[in-house]
Amino acid sequence: MIRTLHRWPGLAAPILVTVLALSGAALSVFPAAERLTAPPPVAGQSVADLAARVAASHPGLEEIRRSPSGRITAWWFVDGKPGSAVVDPATGADVGLADPNGLERWLTNLHRSLFLGDAGRLVMAAGAAAMLVLALSGAALVARRTGGWRRWFAPLRGPLPGRLHVEIARVAVFGLALSGATGLWMTASTFDLLPDGALRPAEPAGVSGEMTFPLERMATLREVPVDALRKLSFPYAGDAEDVFTLATDSGTGLIDQGTGELLSWAGMTGWQQVSETIYMLHTEQGAAVLGLILGLIALSVPVMGATGVVIWAKGRHGRPHLRDNAPAGRAQTVILVGSEGGSTWGFAATLAGALREVGQAVHVAPMSTFDPAHHPSAERFLILAATYGEGEAPASAKGFLDRLERLPEAPPAPLAVLGFGGRSFPAFCAFAATVEATARAKGWPSLLPMGMVDRQSSQDFARWGRALGSALDLPLELAHQPARPEAQGLTLISRRDYGAEVQVPTAILRFALPKATPWARLTGGGFVQFQAGDLLGVLPEGSTLPRFYSLASGSRDGFVEIVVRKLPGGLCSGQLVALQPGDTVQAFLRRNPDFHAGRGRTPLILIGAGTGIGPLAGFIRANARRRPVHLVFGMRHRDSDFLYQKELAAWQAEGRLGQLSTAVSRGARPHYVQDALRAESAEVAEAIRNGAKVMVCGGREMAQGVWRALEEILVPMGLTPAMLKAGGRYVEDVY
Amino acid sequence: MKSLLATLALTTALTLPGLAMARPVTLTTTLNNYGGDGAYLALYVTNASGAYVGSLWLAGGKSKYYEHLSDWYAATGGDLAQINGITGASVGAGRTLEITLDLADALFDAGYTLHIDAAVEDMRDSPNEIAVPLTAAGAGSPVPGRRYIASFTYE
Repeated sequence: MIRTLHRWPGLAAPILVTVLALSGAALSVFPAAERLTAPPPVAGQSVADLAARVAASHPGLEEIRRSPSGRITAWWFVDGKPGSAVVDPATGADVGLADPNGLERWLTNLHRSLFLGDAGRLVMAAGAAAMLVLALSGAALVARRTGGWRRWFAPLRGPLPGRLHVEIARVAVFGLALSGATGLWMTASTFDLLPDGALRPAEPAGVSGEMTFPLERMATLREVPVDALRKLSFPYAGDAEDVFTLATDSGTGLIDQGTGELLSWAGMTGWQQVSETIYMLHTEQGAAVLGLILGLIALSVPVMGATGVVIWAKGRHGRPHLRDNAPAGRAQTVILVGSEGGSTWGFAATLAGALREVGQAVHVAPMSTFDPAHHPSAERFLILAATYGEGEAPASAKGFLDRLERLPEAPPAPLAVLGFGGRSFPAFCAFAATVEATARAKGWPSLLPMGMVDRQSSQDFARWGRALGSALDLPLELAHQPARPEAQGLTLISRRDYGAEVQVPTAILRFALPKATPWARLTGGGFVQFQAGDLLGVLPEGSTLPRFYSLASGSRDGFVEIVVRKLPGGLCSGQLVALQPGDTVQAFLRRNPDFHAGRGRTPLILIGAGTGIGPLAGFIRANARRRPVHLVFGMRHRDSDFLYQKELAAWQAEGRLGQLSTAVSRGARPHYVQDALRAESAEVAEAIRNGAKVMVCGGREMAQGVWRALEEILVPMGLTPAMLKAGGRYVEDVY
Repeated sequence: MKSLLATLALTTALTLPGLAMARPVTLTTTLNNYGGDGAYLALYVTNASGAYVGSLWLAGGKSKYYEHLSDWYAATGGDLAQINGITGASVGAGRTLEITLDLADALFDAGYTLHIDAAVEDMRDSPNEIAVPLTAAGAGSPVPGRRYIASFTYE
């Protein structure tokens, strides 16, 4: 609901709101400039003193005004010609032109009406309303994302556009809400929708008829300090019936020009005072510093608009449209989705489609809106839940556990939970497990034991579908093809072959970086920006299921490189290893931020065997800052599958690679990476003591061997690999 | 060039005794390039003793700003009934406002005075910019204003 409220104004009015914000930002400079250039005020000066000084040097004086910035302007009429100037309150002398600034006037008219009169004012008011709605709904979304109002400034994770959007929003949102709300108030005031008109002082019953009372002795004017002055209008020259009109920050009065006595007075109404304060807050007249701050904040609007549209576009891509969604109240099967990036929605759509095929009324909804009272016809609940971070709720499941805990009792319709995640992460399906445990503790009947899907595996999903089908006694076939980015053709530019002699034909394949579309450049999609450790999804001919390879290069290297071993009977690896320069494959990029080397200066211990060296070589190639790196590499035979042999020597000479340890598994004394690790245990322990991060890439068996070896090495330090893993200092890319 | 052709009756003036005949009169008001936003103008008539008789035209869309046309506002109390159907847009700097209306013959050479109050946002209010006696002889001769009005002619 709040998201919808945030989305539509954001998509409908970004240009309008941007014009409003940028013109407002430009206007915010003027009050500050006026404050800086205005002659200094005279402490304790009364209006009588000011008026006397200005009148002495300006015959025919008609009016003195004080702007909220403290600038004093005089207007006069002499010898049939009007004149005006900014005056120095200390001397009454002219110091500058009083004409309104043409640029400021132009900007003001753009800002409030797009030069279109009343229609333009209404359009701009709609813009201000959009900004206000965006700011308020945005604030609620920030609170939801960070986990509550008290965690407003909690650190953020996730893709850059979203992070940037929220980082800026949590500072800017207050200023934008203030500007939007005060702008709307001012428009309402302009259209006379508010009872904030000024009261006029009553017409005086009579005047003295005298015209020559000295200004500096007028009692009323002596009592009013210049700070409180708005405007003092003089009587017409020679008109004995006319009076002085004095406007101050508390009201308006009429003064007899012959006696200086106050003839009548009208104070400000409460509405008027509120309107004045709002005018001050919006235009920053008299609040120059606040004005500059609000102006700076307004500059964030274009950035927020652009990142917001990008987030929306990405989210729309990831989250399929829920076609044929049954009404919540009539659904027999309710599917609740906890998704972070959107891929779980795809699985939910497949599941819902399969259930509809067999005649079920299915309602799909985010877990965060869960309320069993909405589903009186529900015969079962199915929860598909991903995990965020270390077992936390993903975006669309925020608040689910609280809602479940608050229920007086669990729904009678049974529940099945399916978790999504990656086995290589410590918190594999941890959130789903928490949901399952909470539901059990609450006494929610179970339909199926909890299922798990590893790395969006279609096979895992289909298996769970069969189990669900037999539990429901329905023929259920779940054929899910994960939504993926559009593939692009990558052209091979070079290949190097290894390992044929030891029966592991392996190739380092280097592809040209494909040309980026402007949209990809703008959104950072496609192959615009990637790092070693990210994944290349390759679509082999004759299959729609992609295979993933760890990238051995980053976008800065200017090419896309992977290391592929031909597996016996492997469709994709067979096609890749057969590629010749000039051939192309269909591929796309998938980010894998958990397997990045990161920016720190702490040592890196890179451990890999066989093709697992790919991303590790990429980290070393990118190590321009000479961070200490220790590579432990396992191969079969030094003369056959020593991948990157020449490069490693060169990188070592350049200082990108500190230490290289190799383990050769073929020969008289087979030696594996874990053996090499043990042999170097002193260096490894020392590096870990210095904060080293361990990165492991290769087969599952190797990874288990490395884990055990590290367990031994860490014992004297009172550490375990699990503790390093929990602290993000032990990461694996295992296949 | 802003040209407004309107045949209007002077609502209040029509109630004066002895008004039978009327003739079309064109009022042309040309503004200075005073370097500000559009001006609000109030055109109205007073009698020989200076009392308000009626309004001829009010240029400016927002009634909340009419108080800045201070003499007209003081005379009418801001009564919008006085200008019902005889309002228009504000007049830009350097532009001309031309209105044609039927004025009673009895208003001429009888001590009546035509006044124009002017006001511009963020600039000084200028009541009584123009105060010109309505006479048959004065028709066609331009009168300069005080601040915002370059010239005013009726004929």
